[in-house]
Amino acid sequence: TLRKELSLYANIRPCFSIPGYETKYNDVNLVTIRENTEGEYSGLEHEVVPGVVESLKVITEKASMRVAEYAFFYAKANNRSKVTAVHKANIMKKADGLFLSCCRKVADKYPEIKYEEKIIDNCCMQLVKDPSQFDVLVMPNLYGDIVSDLCAGLVGGLGLTPSLNVGDGGIALAEAVHGTAPDIAGKDLANPTALLLSSVMMLRHIEMGSYADKIESALLATIAEGKFLTGDLGGKATTTDFTNALCSKM
Amino acid sequence: IMRGSALKQLGSLIARGAAKESTAIPAAQGAVRAYASADKQITATLFPGDGIGPEISEAVVTIFEAAKAPIQWEEQRIGKEVDPETNSFITRANLDSVLKNRIGLKGPMATPIGKGFRSLNLTLRKELQLYANVRPCLSIPGYKTRYDDVDLVTVRENTEGEYSGLEHEVVPGVVEALKVITATASTRVAEFAFKYASEHGRKKVTSVHKANIMKLADGLFIRCCREVAEKYPDIVYEEMIVDNTCMQLVSDPSQFDVMVMPNLYGDIISDLSAGLIGGLGLTPSGNIGANGLALMEAVHGTAPNLVGKNLANPTALLLSGVMMLKHLNLNEVANKIEDATLSTIAEGKYVTQDLGGNAGTSDFTKAIIGHLR
Repeated sequence: TLRKELSLYANIRPCFSIPGYETKYNDVNLVTIRENTEGEYSGLEHEVVPGVVESLKVITEKASMRVAEYAFFYAKANNRSKVTAVHKANIMKKADGLFLSCCRKVADKYPEIKYEEKIIDNCCMQLVKDPSQFDVLVMPNLYGDIVSDLCAGLVGGLGLTPSLNVGDGGIALAEAVHGTAPDIAGKDLANPTALLLSSVMMLRHIEMGSYADKIESALLATIAEGKFLTGDLGGKATTTDFTNALCSKM
Repeated sequence: IMRGSALKQLGSLIARGAAKESTAIPAAQGAVRAYASADKQITATLFPGDGIGPEISEAVVTIFEAAKAPIQWEEQRIGKEVDPETNSFITRANLDSVLKNRIGLKGPMATPIGKGFRSLNLTLRKELQLYANVRPCLSIPGYKTRYDDVDLVTVRENTEGEYSGLEHEVVPGVVEALKVITATASTRVAEFAFKYASEHGRKKVTSVHKANIMKLADGLFIRCCREVAEKYPDIVYEEMIVDNTCMQLVSDPSQFDVMVMPNLYGDIISDLSAGLIGGLGLTPSGNIGANGLALMEAVHGTAPNLVGKNLANPTALLLSGVMMLKHLNLNEVANKIEDATLSTIAEGKYVTQDLGGNAGTSDFTKAIIGHLR
């Protein structure tokens, strides 16, 4: 409903290693940009004869150009130096081929930003071997779904991952992508990091960068200090304690 | 494939000089021929391949011989020209060899440049009816990655799904690509996954899907998996959505055992899993065809910059050879070779460059032979 009614066409997730919350990776600093309206999730499938199903993947020039434009715009606005398009055009020559040709067209308009292409299976292997090689990644829907969750896993999961959805006309809806955690509701145990980092993305989107930086720095400092961490981060602090510690650092 | 006790029985029958015909497995079982005694050799097709292929193949052949594996290799070279009978550089003779032997091992092959002919992999897949790709991924002691507890097997449906090659431009700028899922192919790969799990002592099969979105296509796939699961009540069956699966794989891969998936997810997850244990240079791979035919292969590249320098690492091809032996139920010699390989790497004294050492291919090979018990 949200996606259709607000015409949200791209999902953006910055993934960066958080000092103080150690995972197997300490040098992740990338952003996944996922086309969010078409591709494999068009919902167009039918049973041809019993036991044989066809499912349509749709790639259009319009949607591919739109997400590629946003990816390069985002890269430039956030001082990122490289955009990688992820695809399987060696097999899906027309569909992913169209996606890539759109990315290349947009890349030409941003000569200061490095552009490369990576096949999806190799991309996933590279991500688990050396994620530091990646910067901004732009992808059609399904690969974006997979890669954005993979990357969230590298830095500690959905509880720490911010997310922003961009719609036509610059509309944006930032969101925490983790679950509702019914078992900790009302117990002052929840970790607000994902929602907070998403709100920081929101502030940057409306060009309130200095406030965004202020809040983000305080958050990262609180986690790095390690004195007031919520349960999921390995600490014993309550949501309130965590929040207060953060505020005192601003 | 014969079970251990039947194998022993047959062995003693042969030793007592029983009639030759009685040792043959009835055709009704439809499985790969298995021979009971060490002096009866099984002929296997060997494609050394290109680049470092011939060097690493030689290492494998040497090690197999030292381990007294009852394998007789029938070497096949890819054609230098397109064979009109196959429309590929893979010749009719190449294919007939594998079809006759029902078992083979393949080194890395360079992709021929040009158009108008079928790709090598496509030719092999279609002509040999290779329907499943199997990759065991095991953390290798002595080769440290961020993960030390990986022990999973990916089983990928290899004939349909997103790689059916059916796409068209509807109007300029609008492309449709068809993903095809059939009950036949889904059941076939699920059957293989559970049979493999059962025969290799694995406890769980996870099917990976996106049926919440692709309700009919992936829905059909998991329905087929569920039906097969019911025939194996001793094996735990679970389902996981593909994006969550990837996240779980990088956070805690030890939770996975055997995984079965349609083509695209299988492609992605098998490479992701290879990345967890150190890459394609260490990962064995097997392709399964109709009636127990199997072609194991090293899935890394031809490494043209290492050719002829005694630097190549034969581990991937060797472990694929081990998979081949296990497929033939020659578990004792398979384990012997596998243990020797893993011990050599764990010891760390004679390992190739890519594993952090400075031994040559030949020293590495000798060290493995030295570890054979």
